[in-house]
Amino acid sequence: MKLSLGPIQYFWPGQTVREFYAEVADWPVEIVYLGEMVCAKRRQLRLQDWLVIADELEEAGKEVILTSLALMEADSELSHLRRICDNGDFKVEANDMAAVRLINGRPFVAGPHLNTYNAATLALWREFGAVRWVMPLELSAATLAQLQAERPAGLQTEVFVYGHMPLSFSARCFTARAHDLPKDRCEFRCLDYPEGMPLKTQDSEDLFVINGIQMQSGHPVNLLAEVPQMRELGVDVLRLSPRAEGTEAIVRAFDAARHGQPVELASFQNEPWCNGYWHGEAGMKVAAR
Amino acid sequence: MPETQRMQLVCPAGSLPALKAAVDNGADAVYLGFRDATNARNFPGLNFDEAEIVRAREYAHARGAKVLLALNTYPQPTGWARWTAAVDRAADLELDAVIMADPGLLRYAAKHHPDLRLHLSVQGSATNRHAIAFCHEVFGIRQVVLPRVLSLNQVRAVVESSPVDVEVFGFGSLCIMVEGRCALSSYLTGESPNTCGVCSPAKAVRWEETPAGRQSRLGGVLIDRYREGEAAGYPTLCKGRFEVAGNVFYAMEEPTSLNILDILPALMKIGVAAVKVEGRQRSPAYVGQVTKVMRAAIDACAADPDGYRPSPEWLANLNRHAEGHSHTLGALHRSWQ
Repeated sequence: MKLSLGPIQYFWPGQTVREFYAEVADWPVEIVYLGEMVCAKRRQLRLQDWLVIADELEEAGKEVILTSLALMEADSELSHLRRICDNGDFKVEANDMAAVRLINGRPFVAGPHLNTYNAATLALWREFGAVRWVMPLELSAATLAQLQAERPAGLQTEVFVYGHMPLSFSARCFTARAHDLPKDRCEFRCLDYPEGMPLKTQDSEDLFVINGIQMQSGHPVNLLAEVPQMRELGVDVLRLSPRAEGTEAIVRAFDAARHGQPVELASFQNEPWCNGYWHGEAGMKVAAR
Repeated sequence: MPETQRMQLVCPAGSLPALKAAVDNGADAVYLGFRDATNARNFPGLNFDEAEIVRAREYAHARGAKVLLALNTYPQPTGWARWTAAVDRAADLELDAVIMADPGLLRYAAKHHPDLRLHLSVQGSATNRHAIAFCHEVFGIRQVVLPRVLSLNQVRAVVESSPVDVEVFGFGSLCIMVEGRCALSSYLTGESPNTCGVCSPAKAVRWEETPAGRQSRLGGVLIDRYREGEAAGYPTLCKGRFEVAGNVFYAMEEPTSLNILDILPALMKIGVAAVKVEGRQRSPAYVGQVTKVMRAAIDACAADPDGYRPSPEWLANLNRHAEGHSHTLGALHRSWQ
């Protein structure tokens, strides 16, 4: 099984992003997803900047995939998408049917927001050039087992196994709203929250994380203990979502787990987390093993 | 390039009496669903079996209204045969169109029932011209329902470039997330619009009377707390009050309804083919009254777009039925992009 590093979901300063990926070059991940998938206004790095990082990571032996937005409305966003799809070197992760159209038959990754819930949809993406698909966050191991049985040849399966789950996207910006700012004058407040803004219930329970126009799970999903089951199910790639701190420890723990080695207890394992979706329950639950 | 010239009014029916109320009050089309998880309003006591659909079709067609079937959830492998059987039944029942979201199911329908008119559901998350063009080229969709996330300018751009008719939501509950890309409900309850056809399902709701006031919970999670005398609304999870950075407020959205009466002339001018009323879970009385107001507004606007003004009576009537007794244009009023 390969490890992948999903796209950075948050808005980090360009220099922070560059430093982060300079470290990633030495980590035991085989696949790195680069680029912006949440908000078109986050432009600290332009496409050519991302391509420089992509070249460096490829040089370091990583397979690089360029991700794309999960919500596109404006023509400017679509022309940017076209430039990503036409980059000439790297495969693209499609998170909207617009991307599938513009990829135009070239090999691609069907991202988690393309809504792949059944084998007919898997076959469709394969027909349009998909070489890998990422399971929707809310599906269970039982459903995955059925999909694996019907999966077309040449299509790898990737599962989001660690990180704050991207649960929804909106036209409105919840970070701007929390600052009483209109979305079109958001002052790029997301830059102040490298892991988003916690949203709690009135009785102080962590519920969601606000990340601009995106809502994430309040707790990260953590399927470290389920790695052996992933292997049995024939999962090809385990996706880890970058965090502001401690991502390397997460990578090393999953690297040990996929090699069947003892996993050292890292601090992230002491934080609250969830695994309900995988076990067929509400996503926020911690299912008994 | 809209196929139809006159703006169509598309109204909800969760039951035969609601369908009759919609048709009698001037709906051009009525949409309904089978009584199971194949549609996104899979609520107890709602929807139609086959015999009821035949009666619905006969009633509507006799009065010149169309009947559309919503089959707009995302089937998983265990349900696949049931969903494709539902598509087959829809074709046999000779309904006017089927509203679908799942790419695999759309492919199935296009292949096995080439004459069946397909609409892309709002749950299909098509928010731009390339996504719509893809669904037109690959599945042959003839109409698209836009998610409630686009500004008026963006709707205009989509209509201008769309190869198919464009339908927008006109009145009813306001979904603030991109429909089809929201798993907040299953995060709390295990059931979402995509998987089960429900959002914030009633069976997961619990009301509590506490010293701090009345509270609503969904899947055990506190959604809102009401002061004495404060009206308590249904705990749709994105419309609760939560704490962010020390402030308790409607962090996602106030409980309010979408209402496009103010911009009806603009929607008509840019060529929106159909306006949809939300609410298959609503009563026949609700459906009848909202249909009546929307019918009057569309007719008045078509007759005299420049002189059109929403009548205070219409607005009062709609607000009485609106969530939180107030309304908004949602994303449509945004000037940005």
